[in-house]
Amino acid sequence: MSFLEVKNLNISYPTRKETIVASKDVEFTLERGEILGIVGESGSGKSTIANAIINLIDPPGEITSGSIKIDNYELRDNEELIQKIRGKKIGFVFQDPQTSLNPLFKIKDQLIETIQTHLNLNYQDALKKSIQLLEEVGIDNAEKRIEDYPHQFSGGMRQRVVIALAISCEPDLIIADEPTTALDVSIQHQILELLKDLTKKRNLGVIIITHDMGVIAETTDKVIVMRHGLIVEQGDTKELLTNPKSNEARSLVISVPPTNKKIDRFRLISPDGKEITSDSKNLTKKIIKTWGVREKNKDKKVLQLAGVTKIFDDKSLISNFSFGSKNESTNKVEKAVDNVSFELFEGETLGLVGESGSGKSTIAKIITGLVRPSNGEIFYNDISLYNSKRKYQIDKSRGQIQMIFQDPYSSLNPRFKVRDIISEPIKLFQKNINKNELTQNLYDLIDIVGMSRQSLDRYPHEFSGGQRQRISIARALATRPSLLICDEPTSALDVSIQAQVLNLLKDIQDELHLTMLFISHDLPVIRQMCNRIVVLKNGSICETKESEELFNNPSHPYTKELIRLMPKIESII
Amino acid sequence: MLKKTFNKIYDTDIGYSFFNSKIAVISTTILFIILLCSVFAGVVSPYNPFDPASVSLMDAFTPPSWSEGGSSSFILGTDQQGRDMFSTIIYGSRISLIVGFASILFAMTLGVFLGVTAGYIGGKYEIVVMRITDVQLTIPSILMALLVNGIAKSFISQSMHSDMAIYVLIFAIGISEWPQFARVSRASTLVEKNKEYVSASRIIGLSNILIMFKHILPNILRPLLVIATIGLALAIITESTLSFLGVGVPPTTPSLGTLIRFGNSFLFSGEWWITFFPAIFLIVLALSINLLGDWMRDALNPKLKIR
Amino acid sequence: MIVVAFVSFSLFNFVGDPVNSMTGIDASYERQAEVREILGLNDPVYIQFSRFLGNVIQGDFGISYQLKREVSDLIAERMPATLELVFVSAILAIVSGVILGVYTGIHRDSFISNIILVVSLVGVSLPTFIIGILLIYLFSVILGILPSFGRGEVVELGFWATGFLTASGLKALILPSITLSLFQMTYIIRLVRAEMMEILQTDYIKFARARGIKENTINYKHALKNGLIPVITITGINIGTLIAFSIITETVFQWPGMGLLFINAVYFVDIPIMSAYMIMVAFIFVMINFIVDITYYFIDPRIRLKEEAS
Repeated sequence: MSFLEVKNLNISYPTRKETIVASKDVEFTLERGEILGIVGESGSGKSTIANAIINLIDPPGEITSGSIKIDNYELRDNEELIQKIRGKKIGFVFQDPQTSLNPLFKIKDQLIETIQTHLNLNYQDALKKSIQLLEEVGIDNAEKRIEDYPHQFSGGMRQRVVIALAISCEPDLIIADEPTTALDVSIQHQILELLKDLTKKRNLGVIIITHDMGVIAETTDKVIVMRHGLIVEQGDTKELLTNPKSNEARSLVISVPPTNKKIDRFRLISPDGKEITSDSKNLTKKIIKTWGVREKNKDKKVLQLAGVTKIFDDKSLISNFSFGSKNESTNKVEKAVDNVSFELFEGETLGLVGESGSGKSTIAKIITGLVRPSNGEIFYNDISLYNSKRKYQIDKSRGQIQMIFQDPYSSLNPRFKVRDIISEPIKLFQKNINKNELTQNLYDLIDIVGMSRQSLDRYPHEFSGGQRQRISIARALATRPSLLICDEPTSALDVSIQAQVLNLLKDIQDELHLTMLFISHDLPVIRQMCNRIVVLKNGSICETKESEELFNNPSHPYTKELIRLMPKIESII
Repeated sequence: MLKKTFNKIYDTDIGYSFFNSKIAVISTTILFIILLCSVFAGVVSPYNPFDPASVSLMDAFTPPSWSEGGSSSFILGTDQQGRDMFSTIIYGSRISLIVGFASILFAMTLGVFLGVTAGYIGGKYEIVVMRITDVQLTIPSILMALLVNGIAKSFISQSMHSDMAIYVLIFAIGISEWPQFARVSRASTLVEKNKEYVSASRIIGLSNILIMFKHILPNILRPLLVIATIGLALAIITESTLSFLGVGVPPTTPSLGTLIRFGNSFLFSGEWWITFFPAIFLIVLALSINLLGDWMRDALNPKLKIR
Repeated sequence: MIVVAFVSFSLFNFVGDPVNSMTGIDASYERQAEVREILGLNDPVYIQFSRFLGNVIQGDFGISYQLKREVSDLIAERMPATLELVFVSAILAIVSGVILGVYTGIHRDSFISNIILVVSLVGVSLPTFIIGILLIYLFSVILGILPSFGRGEVVELGFWATGFLTASGLKALILPSITLSLFQMTYIIRLVRAEMMEILQTDYIKFARARGIKENTINYKHALKNGLIPVITITGINIGTLIAFSIITETVFQWPGMGLLFINAVYFVDIPIMSAYMIMVAFIFVMINFIVDITYYFIDPRIRLKEEAS
C-alpha cells in the first residue's frame, strides 16, 4: 500500500459550449521520502491534478470519477476528511509568492493561525514553533522578521515563508505547484535544495509540478509526463530522461536547449514521432526580392553603447512623511543601468543575460527610445540616437530597429485583426502603397513566419502563445529592420514551442542578414542563440565574451555562479 | 441575413449572457419601448398637453379611468389644469431622456478625453487633471449641478432664463459627471499603456494621438460603457431632483421631476394620481437603466469568473 | 480651500449687485453710494478679498440679503439639525450597508441575497425626494404614526439644540434619516459585495483554504479585513454626499437645517448665505478627506511601511 494512491482520476469542466476534459484516467503512486515530478506543457492538466487532491479545483471543474487515497483513506467525496487534512496532512505551495500571502496580516499572525487551527498549542508555544519554522526554511533573524508584513520580504524570502506555512502543521505530503517559476535562478536553486532537504529530514512525500525539465532532472526521483490531460509516460526520472519512449516525452526532452554544447538548430519532434529537419529557406527568397539583397559586412559596427546609465528616482510622497515610522527613510536611488558599454557588429547575435533587476530590459527600452537614459551615448550606425536634449531621434533609425516582446498576450492589440496589426507599420513607411502591393507584402510576411494566410483575418485571441509570437515577428519584419531586439521572446512559451520560435528566428536572421540583440535570463537558450554574450548584474556588466568561451571558461564569479546553478537536464543523463 | 447576425451575436460570450439573463432582456425591452414612445411622442400620446387649445380647465382633477369619476378619454386622469396625465408623462419622459442623454454624452466626451490624455501623457498635466478630478469627486454631483446651474444662471439675464435653462442644465449635469469618466479612463489607460502592443506602436513610430485614440481607446470602452449606463440613470435622477426643487427645466417644458413637483401639493388633498404616475414612470425608467447597467458590469468584468 | 473661498467671494461681489438687493431698487443714488462706502465696495479687489478672508476666519459671513440677519447666526442655528440628521443617516447607511454587503458577497447566489440585491437596485433608482414623498405618504398620511415635517421638540444644550433627547424629536428623525440613508446604503451594499467577491477569488484566500483554515474564519476575518479598505475611502465621500442630499431631504420634510437654508438662498439669490454655505461645506469636505487619508495610512501596512528588504 503506497502512501498516496491515485486511480482512474477523471476531471472535467462543463462549460456552456462543451465539456472540457481536464484529465482522463490518471493513475500514479507516491511513497514517503520520494519526490515526484509532474511535467507537461501548459494546458496539460498538471495543476488540475494537484488541486484535485485537496479538492480545490476552480469551479466549474469537478472530479467525475476515480479514487484518491492517502494512507488508505479515501479522499474523494469525503469533504469532512479533506477539511481536516488540508494543512495538517497535506501542505500546498502555490506558484506566485507575491499573491499567496494576505497583505494585511503579519507573518506571525498567519503562521500562528495556521498552527492553532490544526495543532493544540497555546499562543506562546505556537509563537515559538513559528520562529523555529522560519529558521528551518532559512530566514535569518527570524525572531525579528516574524513581526513583518509580506510586502517587506523579497520574492525568494516570501516563497520560503509560504513553504514554512505549508509545513507548519507537520504534513506528510507536500504539493508544490510551479514553486520556483517566478524566481531567479539562484533563488530557485536554494528553494529546490530546501525542498530536497525537508523531504529527507521529515520523510515527506513531495509532488513538484513544473514545465522545466532541468528542475525535473535535478530534483525528482520519479516523473510523470502529461499531455492534454493524459499521462503519456511515467517512471524513474533518470530512465525516462535518458530513454524517453513516448513521442511527447521525446519531444520534451529533445527540445530542451543543451547546456553543455552549442548546436546549430533546436531539435524538434513532430507529433508523429519523427524529427523535423526542414527549414524555411525557400520562403525567404521572396522577401529578399522585395527588400533587396543585403551585404554582410562583419566589421561594421551597427550599435554602440557608451557609458549608458539610467537612474529611476523614487519620488514617493510617503517617504517625506516619515514621522511615526521606526525605519529610517532612505532616499532610494536605483541605478537600473550603471555605466554600460558594448558594441554590436553586423550580422552577429549579441546576448544580454542576467537575472531580474539586472537592467537588461531597460537597456532594450533605451535603445528603442521607450526610456530615456540619464547618461551616456547610444550610436546606431555611428549616428547618435539621442540629441542633446536627451530626446529620442526616431527619424535617425526609421524603422530599422525593431523589437519582439516577452508576453505574447499583451504584445498584440486585441481589437485589431492580424492583417491590420501587420499592415499598420507597412503603411506608415510606405505611405502610397497600393492595395495589391500591400496584400503581397502581408502574404510574404505571414508566410515567412510559418502561419497560414487565413490567419490574417482573425483576431489575436484566437491564437496560442507561440502563434502570437510569430505574428509579432511578422509585425517586426514589416518595416524591413536591420537590427532586431528580442526581449525574452520565448520565456512565456512551452519548451517545444520555444524550439520552433527560436529556430524561426535563427533562419530569419540567416536569410535576411539581420543583426540581433537577444535578451534572456535563460542561460542555455542564450548559449544556443548568441555569438557573444554580455553578463549583467544589478545594472553593471560583469563580463563580455564569446559564447563558447564564456561557458567553458568564465572569469567573473557571478558568471561562474550562474552557470553552476542553472538546472541542467544533462546532470542526470 | 438577419438570422446570421443574430447567431453571430448569440455566439459571443456577451450575447449569450445577455439573452440568457431575463433581467437584461426585460429591462432593455422596457427601455426600448420608452425610447420609442418619447421619440414618437406626437403619435403615441393621445393629446398634446402643451397645446392650450386641447386643454380645458373643466377636465381638471379627473381621476384615473378605473376609479369613480374617471373617464375613458383620460386613462390616467388629468392634472390641475386639465392636461391628460398619460400624455404629460410621455412628453415629460422625453425631456428627461433628452437631458439625460445629452449630459452624459457631454460628460463622457470631456471626461474620456481628459482621462486618456492624462493617463498617457503623464507628468504635470496628469497631476493637474487628477487633482481637479479628485477635488470635484468629493463634491456630490447634486451639489455640483446646483452650483453650476445657479452660477451660470446668474450670468444670463432673466429673460433668457427659460430658453437657456435646458442647455444650462445639460451643461451643469455634464460637469458634475465628467470626473467619473476621467478617473476610469485614466486608470484603464495606465493599464494599457504598460502593455507591450503600445510599446510596439511607439517603436514603429506612430504618433501619440494615434496611439491614444486608435489603439488604446477601443480597449478601454468596456468599463466606460458600464459607467455611462449607470451615469445615465444618475443623470436622469439628478435632473428630476433639480426639477423637483424648482431649479431644473422650466415649467413650460416639464420633465418627470417637474410633474412630480406639480402633483406634490395635491398629494394630501386626495388627488394622488397627479404625483403618483409620473413618479412610477420615473422609477421604472431609472430601474431599467440600472438593471441593464448592472448586468453589463457583471457581463463585461473579466475578473469575475463565469459560473 | 482657497479656491473655494475665491469662488464664493467672486459670487459675492460680481454676481448681482448687492447694494441693490439690500437697499431696494428705488433707493436714491446717494443712499446707494453711502452703503457702498460702508460695505467697502470701492476698494480694490484684493483688499476686499483679504477682508473677506479675514471675516470668514473670524466666523463673520456678513448679513443675509433676504432675512436681514447675521449669516453666522443663521448657520449656527441650523447646523445642529443638519448634523444630527447626517450623523444618524451615516451610521444607518454604513452599518447596514456593510453587513448586507458582506452577506451578499459571501453567499453569492442565495435567495435572500438576490432579494437584497433587487431591493438595493430599486433603492439606487429611486430619487431621494420620491423616497421621502412615498414614506411620508405611507407613514404620515395613511398610517399616521410618524410626523411628516419638522423636528419635534428640541432640548437646548448650550448653543446646540438637540432632538435626540425627546421622544418627538426621535420620532421626527426616523423618516428623514431613512430617506437620506437609503441611497447611500444601497451604494455601499453593492460596493462591499463587489469587493468581497473579488477578494474571495484571490490566491491568498485560496492558500488559506489549502492550509485548512475554516471557511467562516476565512470569510469574516481574512476577506473582511481586506474588503473594508475601500469602504473607508468611500465613507469620506459618503458623508459629503449625505450633506448634499440633505438639501433634498430637508426640503421634503421641512427639516430646519442648513440645506433648507441654502435652497431658499438659491431661490432668492441670497448671496451671503450661498457663499457661506459653500465655504462651510467645502471646509467639512476637506477635513473629512484629510481624516480619511490619515486613517488609510494607519490601516494599510503597505503604505505605512514602504521599506522592502531585498
